[in-house]
Formats: sequence, structure tokens, C-alpha cells
Amino acid sequence: MFRSEEMVLCQLFVQPEAAYVSMYELGEAGIAQFRDLNPHVNDFQRRYVTEVRRCNEMERKLRWVSGELPEPPPPPKPSPRVLTPREINILEERIDYIESEIQEITKNAQNLKTDYLALIELKLLIEKTQTFFQDHSAHRKISASVQIYNNDGALGHLGFIAGVVATARVPSFERMLWRISHGNIFFKQAQIDEPLKDPVTSHELQKTVFVVFFHGEQIKLRVKKVCNGFQATLYPCPATYKEQQDMLAGIESRIKDLEMVLEQTEQHRRLVLANIARDISTWMVVVRKEKAIYHTLNMFSMDIVKKCLIAECWVPRCDLHILQKALDNGVKASGSPIPSILHHVPTLEIPPTYNRTNKFTRGFQTLIDSYGIASYREVNPALYTIITFPFLFAVMFGDMGHGLIMTAFAAILVIFEKKFAKNKTDNEIWNIFFGGRYIILLMGIFSVYTGLIYNDIFSKSLNIFGSSWQNVYDEGTLRNYSTFELDPKDAYTKTPYPLGIDPAWQFAANNIIFLNSFKMKLSIIFGVLHMAFGVTLSVVNFNFFKKAELIFLQYIPQILFLLLLFWYLCILMFMKWIMYSADATDNALGTSCAPSVLIIFINMMLLKESTAKGSCKPFMYDGQEIIQNIFLAIAFLCIPIMLFGKPVYQIMAAKKQKRGGVEGGAGGAGAGGAGGAAGEALGEALITQAIHTIEYVLGAVSHTASYLRLWALSLAHAQLSAVLWQRLLKIGLGGGSPVNAILLYILFAAWAFFTLAILVLMEGLSAFLHTLRLHWVEFMSKFYEGQGYAFLPFSFSVILEADEVDIKEKPNGGPPE
Amino acid sequence: MACKLCGPKLSLCGLVLSVWGIIQLTLMGVFYFNGAVALLEDLPLGENHHSIEDFVAEVKNGYSQNAYNCWIAALLYVITLVISGHQFWMNNRSSVSM
Repeated sequence: MFRSEEMVLCQLFVQPEAAYVSMYELGEAGIAQFRDLNPHVNDFQRRYVTEVRRCNEMERKLRWVSGELPEPPPPPKPSPRVLTPREINILEERIDYIESEIQEITKNAQNLKTDYLALIELKLLIEKTQTFFQDHSAHRKISASVQIYNNDGALGHLGFIAGVVATARVPSFERMLWRISHGNIFFKQAQIDEPLKDPVTSHELQKTVFVVFFHGEQIKLRVKKVCNGFQATLYPCPATYKEQQDMLAGIESRIKDLEMVLEQTEQHRRLVLANIARDISTWMVVVRKEKAIYHTLNMFSMDIVKKCLIAECWVPRCDLHILQKALDNGVKASGSPIPSILHHVPTLEIPPTYNRTNKFTRGFQTLIDSYGIASYREVNPALYTIITFPFLFAVMFGDMGHGLIMTAFAAILVIFEKKFAKNKTDNEIWNIFFGGRYIILLMGIFSVYTGLIYNDIFSKSLNIFGSSWQNVYDEGTLRNYSTFELDPKDAYTKTPYPLGIDPAWQFAANNIIFLNSFKMKLSIIFGVLHMAFGVTLSVVNFNFFKKAELIFLQYIPQILFLLLLFWYLCILMFMKWIMYSADATDNALGTSCAPSVLIIFINMMLLKESTAKGSCKPFMYDGQEIIQNIFLAIAFLCIPIMLFGKPVYQIMAAKKQKRGGVEGGAGGAGAGGAGGAAGEALGEALITQAIHTIEYVLGAVSHTASYLRLWALSLAHAQLSAVLWQRLLKIGLGGGSPVNAILLYILFAAWAFFTLAILVLMEGLSAFLHTLRLHWVEFMSKFYEGQGYAFLPFSFSVILEADEVDIKEKPNGGPPE
Repeated sequence: MACKLCGPKLSLCGLVLSVWGIIQLTLMGVFYFNGAVALLEDLPLGENHHSIEDFVAEVKNGYSQNAYNCWIAALLYVITLVISGHQFWMNNRSSVSM
């Protein structure tokens, strides 16, 4: 992971028969990125377009069938064997047959259901109309006249039409009938209580039974037309009671028969589907792999003369033997006498960037790649991010209790990672947390460590070793005053607390002031170290790309500028910590004379005089003024070297080339042309270098200050934690026995919720983001180019996973791609 | 045995909270019992004391009371753990045996 892998451009000459097996093996291995050699050819004019179409059809059919399955199918069994084209033909026929069989069964079932629905409606119709015909006195006349009409066909009596219509349409239906008949009809309706199932869509429909009584043939035709328009189904309903009963009996028996047939059809369908469910996932995988292979084969170009396929691909040098083996296997399987040829192509094109990662390093590599893919064979910052990222996060997060929570959560994710990896969910947040489980684990472990150093567990300090501060006041003074000052001259036991901040500080009123000074200095020290490391990484790049002159023209001035100014600041901090003490005999080295390092630094930059105050010395050590001026002079001298070094070197190199070219016999015109072009390039190089220099010089100041966010966030975290404890949990920690325990029980739950929501999640996310920014901007801008493109090999696992995501988004049985 | 009072997410929350509560409250009880100075500010102390012995006695009393409170709350969380665990197990079982 130190730098990306060396890639080789290969040309493959394969026979068409051997191509399929070779591609299958390469897809399983996932080592080669193929280039499209037919970029101007339409998708429909490529060589293997029929095969791709066939695979699409098969995939569509399989998807439709799996949509018909009652529950999701079991996962596919891994089949290491590659299928020959003959076996694929057999599979295609089988899929065809299954699809037509299921379609037929479904159609039959629908027909049966339609008949069933019609019978049910007729039965309900007869039952309801019985009430119409046997209704009160007002309608007895109707039934009498109706009977006469049906028996004799005599005029002057009412006819009727009975049917069933959707309930939603009844009002408009009735209004329409009223209009076309000029009010000469009699409309009776009764709603069917339970909804009926539509056979095709299996939606539930509310239907209403209706009977229309009219007089005359003309109205009958009109009524029939209206019924057609409103999609009302008409049924022949007998008028007499006896006929109705006979009909009902017949319908009942037919319904019973139909129910039996329907059930058997349903059972048969379920059996067929169950048989298919076992294999369907495996077939789906096979079909998708085949489609991927043919898509890739379409990228090859066909050499008519030699009758073989030519492919170009990028392969990592270490994997060349796998490529050779795949080609040999293909030749062996196809039984072709002509071997496949693998040929290295030396090229000046920029290869893709490939970093081989495992499940642990993948997360960190993704963090770096999100900023920009590394240029080819550039030094890879992800390797160092594994440690610096969790460490800088922990400096900002610094609480043992919250760190323990993070570690526990990440540990659960890591220990059960196989089980969690199996359920593929769409939940973005869960996928982010699960993908970054190793990052979170490391962040948690480092946070426990920094919590130990800051001596902060849920805003309380642990007293493991015994405090190094002691009480110097007698009982009388203690009783009369409430706040005390502990001078380190008397109250400090002269042996420091072994690990971390002394627990006595949590009761100090000047706790924050003390920690501010400490954490700010710490942040600057870490910042300068991180940035110096970043600048030094550029040496690795210069060395590898054989640009040794840039070490002197770029690296040395850059690092001198950074170290002479900002590392000198850090040295002043160290000196202040060591030199000045509460029990110093010399007053100039006592606590009241300890200088402000920042003021010294500012005075150094502004070349201001420093005067002695009282018994304090103006400077920390002898000769400080001279040394500071020398450092400042050297740092400022570095700036023109940074500005002009590289362009001047390029001019001199170009002149040497030109001179060599002229002496070698190149024409004067050629040299003049080269001079003109060189002049333009020189201007551009100067401008680019000026931008880089300004960026670096200004960045050195602003980025150093930017690292103070390490202090700011840790202060905010500590204060939030303290507020949460004091305002929430403390209420439950005072008072008599039973009642307060219940209060504590409730308050603890509330405190735990807010700790998780605010301190772990929100602060964790915030610190994560700030650490990411520190890496991307402050660290990587010192050396990282990031102009590469990613290596995307032809790999079945990648394609199958991408298909899974697609399948979830598109509905089953959607239109083919 | 009993009915389902809460869904799978709530029972998982209850489970995690109970485990955390038991561990933390037991430890806090132990620290209060041993008279950890860090927890001094949380004790319910009055304002005026007549003598140092008075003050020390009240501090000791406060410490032991808080320790008992913490342990009683930890016990309540054990009950919560049992209930949540039972609910979680019932939720898991019913989703599997469907």
C-alpha cells in the first residue's frame, strides 16, 4: 500500500472459440481492465449483439418468474464450472419453457377466476332481486305485471334488466338512465356488502346489484347501451320465484365445482414455482455472468486476416501469470490448436491507479480516494492515515467513556461482520457505519487512550495513582474560607502524576485556563509534526520519479521555511515548559516571568524590540535575538528559491538540450521554434510555481493555526460532557433512599440517551469531519497530486453486486434494458 | 409466555440501555462506597457545618447513601434487562417461525 501497483498494458490475441472460457476465468479473477477497441461502433452493430440480446431476454424471463414467486428465492449456489455454449442453449430452452408454462397456468387461473366471479355475482344478484320482487304492496303490482309480460309478451307491462355495476359509478349510472329514458324507468339497487376480487388485478371491488324496470323495446335497447357504456355486466334473471330457486341451486353446484378446480390450479402453480425457486438464483447469476462476458467480448476488435480477436487491457504486473493461465485454460478447453498470445505493449499513456486493499485497509483507502485518486505510482497517504486519522480524531474526542462506547459498538460490528455482511440492506446509514467499522474501532481505541491522558471519563477524572497535589492549609483556614489557592511551590509533592492530567484539576476553577494553554500548545506541536511529515513525503515522490533536483529546489526551502519558523515556535514551547518553574531560585525563571510564546513569535516576525520588565529578562536565553533574526533571514531567503528555482532549472535544462540539438545538426529554424515554444512554457511554469509558492507560504501560517481546532473541539466536548452530567445525572444523585433510586433510574436513561445522541453521534461526526479536513487540506496539500483514475477491472463480483442494487430499485418485471 | 409489549427496535434499545446501566451504575456504586473524591461534588451536602467532624460524617453518610441508590437503580436495570431480553427473544422468535 506504500504506492500504487505497477500496471502493464497487454495485448491479447485470442481465438473466438477460446475467448469465452478465458473471459470467464478473467471475470472470476478480476484482474484486467479492458479498453474498448470499437468506440465508434454502434451497440447494435457489434459482433456479439445477438448473444447479448439473448441474455437480456433470458434475464427478463427469469426476473418475471422470480416476481411470481411467493417469497424471495434462496441464494445462489456457487458453480465453479463454466458453461459451454451448448449448455447455455439448453438453459435458454428450459427458461423459455418454464416461462410459457407459468404464463399458461396464470392465464387459466385468471379465466377460472373470471368465471367464478361471474357466478358469484349472479348468485348475489338473484338473492338480492328476490327482495325486490317480493317487496311491499307498492311493488306487488310490478311482479304481477312482470309475470304476465314474460309469459305472454303482451304489451303494456313492464320488462326488466338485472345486472351488477361498480358501486362508485351507481349515481352517474342512475342519472344517465334517467336522462335517456326521460324518467320512464324504475331503478332499484342494493349494494353487495363484501367486496369482490377482480381476477386480473386482484384488487377488491365494491359492486352493486341493480334492476331496471322499463316499458317498451326502445327503452330496453337504450338501457342496454348505457349498461355497456358503464361496464355493467348483465345477467339473465328469471322472474318467477321457482325459476329463481332452480337457478340458484344450479349456480351453487357450479360454484362448488369451480372452487375445487381453482384450488387445484393454485396448488399446481405453487408446486411448479417451488421447483423453480431452488435453481432460479443460480440461473440468474449464470445469465448475468454470460451477459457481462459478451459485453466485454464486444470491446475486442476482430482481425480478419489472422481470424482472431484482439484485446487491450491494463493488468497489474504481479497478476500477469493469472492472465497467462486464463488464456491457456481457454485454449485447452476449446481444443483449438492455435494458442493465445499475450504481448506487452510499452506505452507512454498514464495507467490507472490500483491499490490492493484488504477489508481493514479498504476503509482508509476510500477516505483518501474520496478526495482524489492518487496519480500513477505516487506515494499513497492511506497507509499513514491508518494511524494519524484515529489519533487526530481521538485528540478532539478525548473521553474514555465515550471511547469505550465507540469501541464496543465497532467491536460488535467486527466480530459479527460475516453475519451482518449477508443481509444486504438499502439503509444508507447502516451501510456507512458497517463499511467503516474498522475505522470506528480504531477511533474508539485511540479515544480511550486520549481519555486516559486527559483523565476524563464521562466528565469525571479517575484517581488511579494518587494525586500529586496536597493540602497545605490548617483546619481553621479551611473552615473560614471557601476558595483556596494551591501554590505549586508548597502544595505540589514534586513527583508528577504518572499518566495523564492530575485528578486534582477537576475541582480547580482555573481548570479551563490551564487546559487551554496545554491543549493549544499540543495542537500546534502535532500540527507542525503532521505538516513536516507531509512535506517530507514529497521527497519519496521526487526520488521515485527521478527528479532529484527538486529535492534541493523545492523540498529543502519548503522544509526550512516550515521548521525554522514553526518548529522554532514549538521549541520555544518546550523551553518554556522546562525552564520556568514555581520553585526556581532565580526570579527571572519564576512563574511571574514566564513569557508568552506567542508574543515572542510575533515580535520575532515583526522585528520588534523586547524590553525587560522588573527583574524578568527580555529574552528566554542568551543570543535569542541573533538566532531569531538568522532564522527569519534564512526562511525569507527560501521564498525566492521556491519561486524561481524550478523554472530557472527548466530554462537551463532546455538550453542544454537546445545546445546539444544544434551541435547535433538540428536546423536553426527548429531551434528557433523550440525557443519560442520554450518561452511560452517558461511563462506558464513561472506562473504555476508562483501559485504553488504563495499557496505554500500562506498555507504554512494558516494551516498551523488551523490545527488549533484540535484544542477547540476537545474543549467543546469536555464542556458538553460536564454540562450533561451536572444538569441531568447529578439531580438523581442526591437524597434519601428509595425515591431517589427510581429518579436515578429514570434520569440515567435520559442521560444515556443524550450522551449517545449528542456526545457520541454528533460530536463524533463533527470530530470525524474535522479530522478528514485536516488530512485532506493541511496534510495532503503538501505533497499529494491526486490526478489519477481508478482501476476498474472486469470482475464478476463487482458486476453482480451492482446488479443487486439495480434490481432493488427497479420493480420486477420492468421493461428490459 | 406473555404478550409482545414492544417491537424489535424498542426491545433492542432497552437491552443495550440496561446492559450499560447495570455496568455503569454498579461501578458508580462501588466508587461511591469507596469514597472516590471525584464524585464529591454530586453529594447532597448542606451549607453550614459546625465542625470538621460534622462535615466528614455528613460526607460519609452521603457517600454510602449514593452508593445504595446506585445499586438499587442497577437492580432496577437488571429487571429492565430481563424484560427487554424476553421481548427481544419473543420478537426474534416470532419473525423466524412465521
